[in-house]
Amino acid sequence: MNVVAKTETGRALGDAFAVARDRLPGKGKIAEQRREAFEAYERLGLPHRRIEDWKYTDLRALMREVLPLAPAPDAAALGRAAAAVKLRAIDGVRRLVLVDGAFAPDLSDLGKLDKGLSIRPLREVLDAGDSALSAQVIATDVSNPMIALNGAMATDGVVIEIADGTVLTEPLHIVHVASGTAPASMFTRSLLRLGRDTGATLVESYLAGEDAKAYQTHDGLIVAIGDNARLDHVRLVEDSVDAFNISSATVSLGAHAHFNTFGLTSGGHVSRYQLTVTCSGEGSKVETNGVNLINGKQHADTTLFMDHAVPHCASREIFRAVVDDRAHSVFQGRIIVRPDAQKTDAKMMTRALLLSDDAEADNKPELEIFADDVTCGHGATTGALDESLLFYMRARGLPEKEAQALLIQAFVGEAIESIASDPLREVAIATAQRWLQARA
Amino acid sequence: MPAVQETVERVRRIDVDQYRYGFETQIESDKAPKGLSEDTVRFISAKKNEPAWMLEWRLEAYRRWLTMTEPTWARVDYPKIDYQDIYYYAAPKPKKTLSSIDEIDPEILKTYEKLGIPLREVAILEGVEPPPGGPQTPSRKIAVDAVFDSVSVATTFQKELKAAGVIFMPISEAIREHPELVQKYLGTVVPTSDNYFATLNSAVFSDGSFVYVPPGVRCPMELSTYFRINERNTGQFERTLIIADKGSYVSYLEGCTAPQRDENQLHAAVVELVTLDDAEIKYSTVQNWYPGNSEGKGGIYNFVTKRGDCRGRNSKISWTQVETGSAITWKYPSCILRGDNSSGEFYSIAISNGFQQVDSGTKMIHLGKNTSSRIISKGIAAGRSQNTYRGLVSAHRKATGARNYTACDSLLIGDKCGAHTVPYVEAKNSSATFEHEATTSKISEDVLFYCIQRGLSQEEAVGLVVNGFVKDVLQQLPMEFAVEAQKLISISLEGSVG
Repeated sequence: MNVVAKTETGRALGDAFAVARDRLPGKGKIAEQRREAFEAYERLGLPHRRIEDWKYTDLRALMREVLPLAPAPDAAALGRAAAAVKLRAIDGVRRLVLVDGAFAPDLSDLGKLDKGLSIRPLREVLDAGDSALSAQVIATDVSNPMIALNGAMATDGVVIEIADGTVLTEPLHIVHVASGTAPASMFTRSLLRLGRDTGATLVESYLAGEDAKAYQTHDGLIVAIGDNARLDHVRLVEDSVDAFNISSATVSLGAHAHFNTFGLTSGGHVSRYQLTVTCSGEGSKVETNGVNLINGKQHADTTLFMDHAVPHCASREIFRAVVDDRAHSVFQGRIIVRPDAQKTDAKMMTRALLLSDDAEADNKPELEIFADDVTCGHGATTGALDESLLFYMRARGLPEKEAQALLIQAFVGEAIESIASDPLREVAIATAQRWLQARA
Repeated sequence: MPAVQETVERVRRIDVDQYRYGFETQIESDKAPKGLSEDTVRFISAKKNEPAWMLEWRLEAYRRWLTMTEPTWARVDYPKIDYQDIYYYAAPKPKKTLSSIDEIDPEILKTYEKLGIPLREVAILEGVEPPPGGPQTPSRKIAVDAVFDSVSVATTFQKELKAAGVIFMPISEAIREHPELVQKYLGTVVPTSDNYFATLNSAVFSDGSFVYVPPGVRCPMELSTYFRINERNTGQFERTLIIADKGSYVSYLEGCTAPQRDENQLHAAVVELVTLDDAEIKYSTVQNWYPGNSEGKGGIYNFVTKRGDCRGRNSKISWTQVETGSAITWKYPSCILRGDNSSGEFYSIAISNGFQQVDSGTKMIHLGKNTSSRIISKGIAAGRSQNTYRGLVSAHRKATGARNYTACDSLLIGDKCGAHTVPYVEAKNSSATFEHEATTSKISEDVLFYCIQRGLSQEEAVGLVVNGFVKDVLQQLPMEFAVEAQKLISISLEGSVG
């Protein structure tokens, strides 16, 4: 194993961890876990292109350093955050806001919780010393340096528990806002636990306050879906164009559970979303859909790991990338069917649309199959807008940009349509529209 | 379910019958001392009477190899190879200088006869002695270069090829007789520094085929090389270089077998193809090295670097491979589509059974304008084998109008095997159009039931379905090979059902 030569800021991060260690929430066993996680990160360092999973997203070249921890937001920062949240407010949701890596109770809505729903800030849970729950939140995949780092440094987040039989009427909306004006990193981690026979909708947004520019967001989400439960998940990344967003979600499904997730990335300078979904109960169903709308010098990477561990599960992945200017879109999707996971039905389709000659799209859909009685497939296409369709519309009087916008809308439509809730689908469409308008 | 007698017998049958080419030829041979050092490289070079530039080239590769580490990224698992425990050169002891095929050691001739490889031109020409099991095609000519361990023992139809201007000879002779051509092209497609095994090959390659087709010539017959590993503890490192000059065409076939042994033997070959303007090379392989026994013991490690360079405009390279042998296969025949309007094709059937591990696929690198490529890969995994397709399709910034179509399908027979697909699709040009699709499934029970109900046995039914599955690829093979390949497929899958 190569010894990673430490850069100055690399050392600074180590020092920052040493100093912050006592201030990070959680003592005893939690502190021990954090130390192990940090050591795991230090062993590997920032992932680079020689590590297969990071082949297309070389953080050593793109990010260079992990910035030190952001300070807790002051009143001014909270004010800027409130403005940003208001601008992207979604009606009819219960909002939970994290500003610069700290839960902001004043901007959040914790009143009149449904029966069976519990929401607590992560810091509170860790400080209270709820050992079982804490261990689950901080438990971390030490083979992935960025998830390990997130576990080591997590300052706050939300812990949501939904008791058996509870079906939430109101979607939950976790908003991550970067509001500090100085470049810094924020580390958050959240947990969502759905009991048996439950139902919930979770929206996650990543936003920037007015003066927040070159910050780094490191987020982790852990989801456990109980038997017969259903979770709908929508994720919108609208970070500042200079920002980094390195996030991961780890989802496990019980028997006959259903997980529907949609992600749209239009913001951020460099973003990487690592989604790991494990079917650990028979008869579960997973729908994963994603859209990248990127331009300028943006780099957006979605890495999906779909793990079929038990028989009779189904998964569908639809992914669309629209890449303009000098942007670079990456999709890596790996479906693994374990030896006993017979009757698995897994399909993955990824398509990239290149709008400029300098744009780049890399697709790596993988199948890894160890069971014989399965139906698995994937498809991948890359291409430009269809000239004849453009011509057809222009011949009917549509300006070029408008014609392109229509075709792009149709292209990403299939993925967006998978969102079950009408109002949330509208929100996603509006986000896509904003990107198209900015382009025109 | 307890193992019934029938199952036991079937298993026994695979053990002895499955690999038909496992015999060993008793023949005296001349070997280099075991192990690898600069002296080994010098020894091989001296044996071949090579000019100084060739020795220098080899030594440079050897020195670079010392600085490299063995790659580990492929999905294959094998004990560490001790490179000092291998003979790098083994040749049948020459009795005297040969003037005709009749003077070749009869043991060797017998070996090739047993394998169904025609070395005696006349016999084949008159149709007296068709290759056993082969089709009756007396009118069809195939020029054969037979490579036995480290040396080429015979090349047929030399005269006729010469008349057409085609150079087809062992590469060791070509180095002496056509140094200008060899120097111009050797190592330009697969550089000595390319990868661990290619570098090793560059240092110690002993023989292989050299083909040069002059401008405007359509090679009058199929060219073929037949590789045989015979000696114990030896590695085979052959090097093939094929150049199709402007407007020419050549079809080249390659076959390989090895005796049945408990130990693993290394085969690290390098194949380089170059096509100039409007030229075409069709390269077909039926790879049937010894795959190891039913417990996974023995077999060949087949670590091969094959690459074609479409250097000229409108040139074309087509790879067809049927992979049934080897304990481990690690091989990615690739095309560099450099010339404008050039095209590359890759048709592959990879069958793994027993404990075989296959990690194979292709690379299509689009550099020129309006280049196109097509990949059809069929993987069949049975027994406890692992079968991986790994492929790269990439379009560079200037590859305007690049087109690719990829279809890779996997078939699983049994629940102890694995089939994997790892494609890399990289587009850096908006006018590139890439399509990739992959499926994995098992043989439909409905289809099997239908066949069995009409009186076919289970194995016949599976054979029928599998042949349908691989038909697209078989059609690309020259006819003689297609027949052989079809038979190979049924042998490879024997005993995998039930």
